Amino acid sequence: MKNHLTILALGAASILPAFAESLTFDFKDPKGVNNIVFKLDAPLESINGTASGISGTIAADPKNPADVKGRIVVATETLHVPNPVMKEHLFGPKWLDISTHTEIVFELKEVSNVKRDGDTGTADVKGTFTLKGVSKDLTVPVKVTYLPGKLKARGGDLDGDLLVVRSNFTISRSDFGIQAGQNTDKVSDEIEISLSLAGAAPKK
Amino acid sequence: MLRAGIRYFGLALVVAVTLFWLAAGGDRGWTKTSVAVQKTDEVTGIEYPVIENRFVPGIDALALGSLAGLAIFALSFIPTKKP
Repeated sequence: MKNHLTILALGAASILPAFAESLTFDFKDPKGVNNIVFKLDAPLESINGTASGISGTIAADPKNPADVKGRIVVATETLHVPNPVMKEHLFGPKWLDISTHTEIVFELKEVSNVKRDGDTGTADVKGTFTLKGVSKDLTVPVKVTYLPGKLKARGGDLDGDLLVVRSNFTISRSDFGIQAGQNTDKVSDEIEISLSLAGAAPKK
Repeated sequence: MLRAGIRYFGLALVVAVTLFWLAAGGDRGWTKTSVAVQKTDEVTGIEYPVIENRFVPGIDALALGSLAGLAIFALSFIPTKKP
């Protein structure tokens, strides 16, 4: 038993230095790597698109992994589908109405079910998802990888850490007032979202 | 002579459009004007799409081109008054 405790203590000690201070990660990636992929698979048509205009910050207290605050913002004008007519419809007033609703926002509220394995961890993140002016509380699974001291490896002069966040979840467009019940044979109600984000916390 | 020319042109258009569509990958979706090429960030391991402007004819381009060819082909069968 004592041996197990010693191993646990050593394990925790090896993790803690990496998470030794509260950090704020900026998700406006200058390399443009951060992306969101969305997929709608309707009986007659499959739509695949991406979004790249991602910004926002996440502040994490490593001593208390459940204490995470922040928001991720996506500029709706950066949503992209490969067909120009489809893109015109997507941006139009009937669908996303990007002239009025310029941002899609996920505001983090609470983190639970945190599991950590070295510099990688998983958790359930509860937050408020706002799309086309409609806000709904969602709980999404996330996988987080902490990369201490890796910021400089991506180019640039700053030393610092990186936080990679990945998540896959599904929303219903009808929940957000996007043509609820309309055209479901061609535009699925369910939208599968995959996000891959890297945030940077430069050392001060 | 003119009728035969129009007929061959119509058929040639159908064949050309079909070959062009097949050569461009035979995409059965809608026509695309851009393609996402997947790349990987070496440090974070994040896979990200790089959007490249490229024309990929879809099933709509195939249908439109074939219909145009068939319409030209059908035009050659319209009877004309002989003097």
